[in-house]
Amino acid sequence: MQVTVRELWTVLHGLIFGSVFLAAFAGGLAGLYSLRPELVTVAGVRERIRRLTAGTWVMALVAWITVFSGTYIVYPWYRARPPENADLSFFPRSFLLSKPTTAAWHTFGMEWKEHVGWFAPILATAVAFVVAYYGPQLAREERVRRTVLWLFIVAFAAAGVAGLFGAFLNKIAPIR
Amino acid sequence: MMAEKPKPSGPAAAAILAAAVGVFVIGLLTTLAEVSAGLKSALNWWNPAGPLTGKTGVGVIVWLIAWAVLGAGYRGKTADMRRITLWSWILILLGLVLTFPPVFELFVE
Repeated sequence: MQVTVRELWTVLHGLIFGSVFLAAFAGGLAGLYSLRPELVTVAGVRERIRRLTAGTWVMALVAWITVFSGTYIVYPWYRARPPENADLSFFPRSFLLSKPTTAAWHTFGMEWKEHVGWFAPILATAVAFVVAYYGPQLAREERVRRTVLWLFIVAFAAAGVAGLFGAFLNKIAPIR
Repeated sequence: MMAEKPKPSGPAAAAILAAAVGVFVIGLLTTLAEVSAGLKSALNWWNPAGPLTGKTGVGVIVWLIAWAVLGAGYRGKTADMRRITLWSWILILLGLVLTFPPVFELFVE
């Protein structure tokens, strides 16, 4: 049973960091959605906001780790230029572009993933800051709460696009 | 028990708008890098990862500067959240559109 350093980093980037962000989303969404005075008692809001603050900051941190590990560790292996007559299966970008049937995985999938994925940590940080700043008052700030809820959803969607294409790309042209 | 004094919306507005500016800049640079080979090359801060480093690096730097500037401007103040959220969504939507490959590929040199 062997795992190369590259495979290990790919797993850490996508399956561990990325998945933690995506998996934690449901909890954060439920927390933000139901943070309303008519649904939760004052004591409930205080208890919930502590969890939300911690959860959203952890999510923002994990999102940053995911994009930095993706861009600066995994991506260079993906886009490395092969020497002449090299086995392209070790050079995912070149491998995908070598055939018309797989080229769109790079020109659409990777190109979208690598840019939009960076939206997640920026938006998640804004969400975490606003939740921490307002504290229990956020339950009474309906417009801000709704804005933060939608920013959180967009951050998740951006991470989802990145994660989904990452999974497909690693299946079709794995980093080895 | 005395009620807590409500916090002004300024700092939250600054955080939201700055994040929107950051994602818009990433989108804008993604498309502009396809328009200008010179810009694409200038954004190549680290060759192994290519221009992605510059596009996202500039986006993050602009986001942090925007946050600091807006945060200072809005400190202790109440913001017009309707306007802030409207502009934030416009910027985020533009950022999303400009990072969508079928859109930025229209500008490939």
